[in-house]
Amino acid sequence: MSAATNDAAITPEIVAEHGLSPDEYDKALTLLGRAPNLVELGIISVMWSEHCSYKSSRRWLKTLPTEAPWVICGPGENAGVVDIGDGLAAIFKMESHNHPSYIEPYQGAATGVGGILRDVFTMGARPVANLNALRFGSPEHPKTRHLVRGVVAGIGGYGNCVGVPTVGGECTFDPGYDGNILVNAMTVGVAPADRIFYAKASGVGSPIVYVGSKTGRDGIHGATMASASFDEDSEEKRPTVQVGDPFTEKLLIEACLELMATDCIVGIQDMGAAGLTSSSVEMADKGAAGVMLDMDQVPVREEGMTPYEIMLSESQERMLMVLRPGREAEARAIFEKWELDFAVIGEVTDSRHLTLRSGGKIVCDLPVEMLATGLQYDRPWETPAAPAPLPASVPALSVKDDLLKLLSSPDLASKRWVWEQYDHMVMADTVQRPGGDAAVVRVHGTERGLAMTTDCTPRYCAADPVTGGRQAVAEAWRNLTASGARPLAVTDCLNFGNPQRAPVMGQFVLCIQGMGEACRVLDFPVVSGNVSLYNETDFASIPPTPQIGGLGLIDDIGRMAQPAIRAEGETLILIGDGEGHLGASLYLRMATGADAGMPPPVDLEKERRNGDFVRGLIAEGVTTTCHDVSDGGLLVAAAEMAMAGGIGIALEGPEDAGWLFGEDQGRYLLAVPEDAVETVLKAARSAHVAAAAVGSTGGSALTLNGANAICVDELRAANERWFPAYMSGPVESGGDD
Amino acid sequence: MKAAVIVFPGSNCDRDIAVALEACMGHAPAMVWHRDSELPDVDLIALPGGFSYGDYLRSGAMAVHSPAMREVVARAERGVAVLGICNGFQVLTESGLLPGALMRNRDLRFVCRDVWVRVETTDSVFTTGLQKGECMRFPVAHNDGSYFVDDTTLATLQDADRIAFRYVTPDGQVTDDANPNGSRAGIAGVLGPSRNVLGMMPHPERLVDEAQGGTDGRRFFEGLLNALETAR
Repeated sequence: MSAATNDAAITPEIVAEHGLSPDEYDKALTLLGRAPNLVELGIISVMWSEHCSYKSSRRWLKTLPTEAPWVICGPGENAGVVDIGDGLAAIFKMESHNHPSYIEPYQGAATGVGGILRDVFTMGARPVANLNALRFGSPEHPKTRHLVRGVVAGIGGYGNCVGVPTVGGECTFDPGYDGNILVNAMTVGVAPADRIFYAKASGVGSPIVYVGSKTGRDGIHGATMASASFDEDSEEKRPTVQVGDPFTEKLLIEACLELMATDCIVGIQDMGAAGLTSSSVEMADKGAAGVMLDMDQVPVREEGMTPYEIMLSESQERMLMVLRPGREAEARAIFEKWELDFAVIGEVTDSRHLTLRSGGKIVCDLPVEMLATGLQYDRPWETPAAPAPLPASVPALSVKDDLLKLLSSPDLASKRWVWEQYDHMVMADTVQRPGGDAAVVRVHGTERGLAMTTDCTPRYCAADPVTGGRQAVAEAWRNLTASGARPLAVTDCLNFGNPQRAPVMGQFVLCIQGMGEACRVLDFPVVSGNVSLYNETDFASIPPTPQIGGLGLIDDIGRMAQPAIRAEGETLILIGDGEGHLGASLYLRMATGADAGMPPPVDLEKERRNGDFVRGLIAEGVTTTCHDVSDGGLLVAAAEMAMAGGIGIALEGPEDAGWLFGEDQGRYLLAVPEDAVETVLKAARSAHVAAAAVGSTGGSALTLNGANAICVDELRAANERWFPAYMSGPVESGGDD
Repeated sequence: MKAAVIVFPGSNCDRDIAVALEACMGHAPAMVWHRDSELPDVDLIALPGGFSYGDYLRSGAMAVHSPAMREVVARAERGVAVLGICNGFQVLTESGLLPGALMRNRDLRFVCRDVWVRVETTDSVFTTGLQKGECMRFPVAHNDGSYFVDDTTLATLQDADRIAFRYVTPDGQVTDDANPNGSRAGIAGVLGPSRNVLGMMPHPERLVDEAQGGTDGRRFFEGLLNALETAR
């Protein structure tokens, strides 16, 4: 389509190739009052793609709470900003790179990391940590191994080179992702609170500057691809996946931060999805201004690139800035030092139009407002079908075998194979490494810590979207709390299927309802996020996956907790209570081979009470060993604590599957010195928090009521076995990773 | 005591080593940009970890041709202590200051974890503050860390006592499992012929305070800085 001349008539076929429906094209004609030319059609189609326009989701996103006294900037900018004290702010966001990663796992995942890093340093922050939430298909699916290998290598290849530690995340498997894996990347950065940069074009006549890599013919229409479902021809979309260059990104970070230390910049925006198009439109929109760009000034990789290609390219490692007039030379010197392209390609106007010039002629003239906010849908939705009922009976319990089987199952198996491929220590401030509840990164030069986590339990969301939405937020809040952090805010990455199917739209609406409820009760607002729809292949949608990225603050890293048992002779205390809920649990999946039943209910008031109590104990120094009880229930949590510390646990309680493996929410396991037990139990009573001693630490084995002993070494062997063994198997679908 | 850290485009452990040196020296080292052909007068030059010039060619191959590196080679030949960590080690082998080459890891994957190394010689400013045979825990983080030398060179290194560190189990045994990358003879660090140049894959600068999970790195730097101070 790019070969056509710009004056060619726009046929219904050309409209369809651009992913616009006939109705949407009619709307464009009405708003424009004329037919667009090809460049204009291309620009309208990407700006109106689901990926860029949020046309199906915006109405519901608005219902999420976004404010708190510590929130400096909520959704709508490149990333969310929260105050972390000492004159500093944390800037963070999570974003999906699902479609490209399925087609080309190494580059898809790598450029996902690159994109989210840019969202954060665009705002003036030095990135200090990356996390990744990965959802793969069934391990038995012929493509899974190839995808795992490529995605993990791609994330590592990019993050390691850029020199930002990858400190946490998730990696789980479910046949529901066989045709659409999820790669959600999160970056956290730190900036001076009074020097945050926004994506706003203002000051008529101010120069618009392009920096970074040259523009090539890669990734054209990537945003459109990310807004469509997959079918058997998806492999042919490989050329729309961009190629990452982490070295250039590293230079770009340093150059941008150097320039940001001056006062040259009026506004700055990275070129992500829809490249130069969306970055220029967004800046013009936020500044209530217009933009004139000269295509002949854009640095390009090859000759003969058309305005259409230049505007729709998704070449990586590029930024667009508006500078104060007269400061171009100063800025240019910095980018030349870092050997990056720097070109003045246009200026801010008062036209409220995006105007493009090429070869001295105007080739595009579109109202910014139409592009930025032109489309919004209120899609019909319905409550999805209820889950399969719980089976009448679950196979008989065999504590020891069941535990070992769970610990070596794909979802609970150690992810060491993954995170050892990520440099998780560069920058030398990682004070809690991967593998625990939350990762903790010290705020450089201080004694404060940023705790971070990604969470979502898709099988809960599939069974009951409201509860699943609540639980995803609550678990993130709980994981931060378990490290001793005060949870500050959330970034979300909402991965769903085709919103034009009412039950899928229903999953979306109801998950957001649950998330909103939890965010309100827990004072945990959403400050940034991303929506990824059309995660569907041949009409099969992914499980609803509202991925939550949580950020919390630890005032003194000398007073934090982690899951490893560190001393013998301590008492294990269970905070929180439950009914032994086995619905939608991993135990049930293991025992019956299927998911069934409703997920555990999330009592948000209780969640908050229990969490505040635990955080208080950690802050007072009563305990430094704390682990949240989640996937796999109490026995798995205890085993994880024993494995992390290399010390055994004698657990005491009913030998009942619900008690041992139920996934009731709002619970924590703590280890406290014996002389503190009575104080803790008493304090819990007065705080109306359920607390009970359930065992003690010591020895080299995990035991239940003095029997069923499993050596910690045996637990570890089971837990460490699955991933490397799986990855050493044959790869069916070869890739060039 | 003065130190300089050479910063290449793509270096990413430059700040980490500067922080570690400052913590141990009491003042910050000079940061020298790769295009600078003049180095300040220093007792120690550090080449940091990272991906100099992206390492799209062989790791470290481009950095050798920078103006700053030409000066580093000249200083090394005059006896100034030069420490290359990770990518810095790769730059030192590419520059010819150290023998051998660092190849793709045995498992063909990036590896980031703590490893144990055994001090093989105390006959250098870098290791004179340590005990021969003692085991230290340092992190590694690299893709190309498999140290290779031919038989003749390996014999030379052994005969001249130029192997500084070997990867070992926590109790000091050289085994395949303890070796994170397939390096020949478990070599984790090696000295130049005049014993004033050390290249090592592990990152001592990542374990200099308790919050990071250990302080073996601090002991390494303090030993080095003491030795340099004494030698002044």
